[in-house]
Amino acid sequence: MSDKRVKLLASPYILWSAGFIIIPLCLVIYYAFTDASGAFSFDNVADIISYVNIKALLLSMAFSLVSTLICLLIAYPLALILSSTVSSNSSILSLLFILPMWMNSLLRTYAWQNILERKGVINGILSALSLPPIYIINKPPAILLGMVYDFLPFMILPVYNSVSRIDKDLINAARDLGAGYKEIFFRVIWPLSLPGVISGITMVFVPSLTTFVISDVLGGGKILLIGNVIEQLFTQDSDWNAGAGLSVVLMVFIVISMIITSNYDREDIK
Amino acid sequence: MQDKLIDLQHITKSYGSSTILDDLNLYIRENEFLTLLGPSGCGKTTTLRIIGGFETPDSGSVMFQGKDITSLPANKREVNTVFQKYALFPHMTIAENIAFGLKIKKKSQSYIKDKIKYALKLVNMDGFEERMPDSLSGGQQQRIAIARAIVNEPKILLLDEPLGALDLKLRQDMQYELIRLKNELGITFIYVTHDQEEALTMSDTIVVMNQGYIQQIGTPTDIYNEPQNTFVADFIGDSNILSGIMIRDKLVEILGAKFDCVDTGFGENNPVDVVIRPEDIDLIEPENGTIEGIVTDVIFKGVHYEMCVMARGFEFVVHSTDCFAVDSRVGIHVDPFDIQIMHKAEYDDEKAVEINE
Amino acid sequence: MKKRLGNFYLTLVLIFMYAPIATLMILSFNSSKSRSHFGGFTLNWYIGLFQNEEVISAFRTTIILAFLSAFIATILGTAACTGMLFMKKRSRSIIMGVTNIPMLNADIVTGVSLMLLFIAARATMGFTTVLLSHITFNIPYVILSVMPRYRELKISTYEAALDLGATPVYAFFKVIVPDLMGAILSGFLMSFTMSLDDFIITHFTQGPGFDTLSTKIYSEVKKGVNPEIYALSTIMFLTILILLFMVNYRPGTRRPEGQIKVRTRKQVVVSSGRGGAL
Repeated sequence: MSDKRVKLLASPYILWSAGFIIIPLCLVIYYAFTDASGAFSFDNVADIISYVNIKALLLSMAFSLVSTLICLLIAYPLALILSSTVSSNSSILSLLFILPMWMNSLLRTYAWQNILERKGVINGILSALSLPPIYIINKPPAILLGMVYDFLPFMILPVYNSVSRIDKDLINAARDLGAGYKEIFFRVIWPLSLPGVISGITMVFVPSLTTFVISDVLGGGKILLIGNVIEQLFTQDSDWNAGAGLSVVLMVFIVISMIITSNYDREDIK
Repeated sequence: MQDKLIDLQHITKSYGSSTILDDLNLYIRENEFLTLLGPSGCGKTTTLRIIGGFETPDSGSVMFQGKDITSLPANKREVNTVFQKYALFPHMTIAENIAFGLKIKKKSQSYIKDKIKYALKLVNMDGFEERMPDSLSGGQQQRIAIARAIVNEPKILLLDEPLGALDLKLRQDMQYELIRLKNELGITFIYVTHDQEEALTMSDTIVVMNQGYIQQIGTPTDIYNEPQNTFVADFIGDSNILSGIMIRDKLVEILGAKFDCVDTGFGENNPVDVVIRPEDIDLIEPENGTIEGIVTDVIFKGVHYEMCVMARGFEFVVHSTDCFAVDSRVGIHVDPFDIQIMHKAEYDDEKAVEINE
Repeated sequence: MKKRLGNFYLTLVLIFMYAPIATLMILSFNSSKSRSHFGGFTLNWYIGLFQNEEVISAFRTTIILAFLSAFIATILGTAACTGMLFMKKRSRSIIMGVTNIPMLNADIVTGVSLMLLFIAARATMGFTTVLLSHITFNIPYVILSVMPRYRELKISTYEAALDLGATPVYAFFKVIVPDLMGAILSGFLMSFTMSLDDFIITHFTQGPGFDTLSTKIYSEVKKGVNPEIYALSTIMFLTILILLFMVNYRPGTRRPEGQIKVRTRKQVVVSSGRGGAL
């Protein structure tokens, strides 16, 4: 088994990734910069500044920023608690937080309709407690809730991994050197968990920036996010050039967000 | 009696059903190099962690200069620890690591800077301020861990098997370094190790522990020459441990032969344990020895020869600079003061006897 | 006190995570078709499920698709890892960089790009196009699961096998492959799960008359999802739950520390150094 022949084992995948990853991306870029007749055009990409599109993009940004923040706020204490429980329990516990992902995510998102509806589960409970009902279905809070719900595990896992990997002796050492709880957290735990936090942020930010499903299912089709605009351009309007144009803009945003986060990563971790 | 800096009184600690420490009493004097020595699981690390404030005893109290600090958290104690695997903060430079405790105490910038410089010089690591911990070797990280602890000017420095991860040569160098540091700083060191050679080299006082009990407290020479039970004798150095009968004061019968010794107070015709160190056995002409044996094995050890001598059904280990060939007949002689008599343990697990100081 | 506060918090988050699942399970036994009130216990949806040709066929498609795509991705991915070992660092990191694209890119863009590819190739959208797409987004999971294991591999055992007279091929299958098996299997399972759950990419590459469970659910969202699908999902979820506990708590075998190692989508990227940096 010579090295040369072994190297050939990678060639099917190289061909595959060229055909199904590189070429499709080139096609998106090609469509983005041409018009229906195939001539070069900048209109599709520039279309992002049209009122509808820019509004959808800004709205998506706002939703994804807020949902990422909420996910982090929920996940971080959770990770701290989980990592402080006895190790035999913590693996079962952390499994509990991942288990929901084995039920179809679309269906789980849809289930929130039942829970949040005008006469849904929550309002049922509220009226049983003779409290005023809440109507958030088809409104922004419902979409936000859906995003947090769907993407929370993506935040929990990396944050938990990085927090639980911190050597207990580092915390003991900090305590030994006089640090109280606050100092231990800000000087030791938080900076050491940053890589996990950063990857959690990317993993929540990108899908919530680009989703069209959650806004469809929990927003009642009334709230258009950038994902919805692109989806409609492709499946309903069959305007591939316009859709590709916005997709390219979206990709640029993803790349920018990754550069920002990875910079952060390097600065604080050195 | 000198000042008791730390006084552990009736400390008991258990995890679940296993008792780690059982009614432990121990005091440590000011400016002492005290080593807790014992096999893993003997409770030495738990004792150290209780002094450091990382564990709270189930019962008993920890006194520091006469004050009860049993429930005082670690960050409020005038005690600093050098951790087994160094526990340097990986996201901070060496300077930031050393400054950690001082910044928390809100010391001035210039004070901190001076202290870092002083501490690095003390551990022979000048110029490493801006390096990151993971760019240093194990031995260097060790020195930084020590520097980080001592800049806080603790009354006591706790060291938890700090040399365990280093290779032999480095370990020996660091032993001398630690003795030097201890003398320069003039503070109390409490050192945990399972390495008897380390303990004998460095300590003023050794506390031998097993199964949560203190087996013996004493100077290295005491511990080595006068082990108080078979566990200590066996754990510290090589030894020949035999059953014997104390005929009367200063006379003991071993393997049917009578040996003169110097111990008294064991009664008459009482069974005892007898310890003879391998280097204390003199091999002489067969007819001149107290008992006679045959050399069964010889290994050259560099400084000496290690020989096995079968005599009356017991295999003695003998260290000697003279070599006797295998199968040669030899006589065994032991000087009276080289014979160490101990009470016989009544049960096997009474190896863990309590010692009244 | 502090512990109790922590447990309270854990419970709260768990309720949040399991509320939709509990809702679906309860509704799968609900005799009234209304989604808002419980009209009594029934097994009708479970019985009806097996007569509902559409749901059953979507289920069958989903499973076949998941299995085939995971299987092919596992073979392609493992072969690629083996080949990459013998490449120069530079070309290897280029390939790993490309591998990370589908992991880090938005699903919608991946879906759209594949759709444009199939249109350009004038392919008929259907099972084949969806299968090709699923294989594409599955291979990275396999590679990112197998590759780190390859790097941890003790080459000395392979050399020991050669030393003892094994041929390289024999040594590979007797020494390397058994060592990799765990990583390969976890890559396969991850792929299978991802494929099972995917909606977005399938949505863009499917054709008329083709449905997986996800696309079927999506098409029914507006008019209300058929409770028979709740019943099916309940069965699937419980099956996985039982399998998982059987694997982790086989009687007599003590579970080694940290055996439950579940990684989710994109999670793999983190554990293997982000952004294609090899």
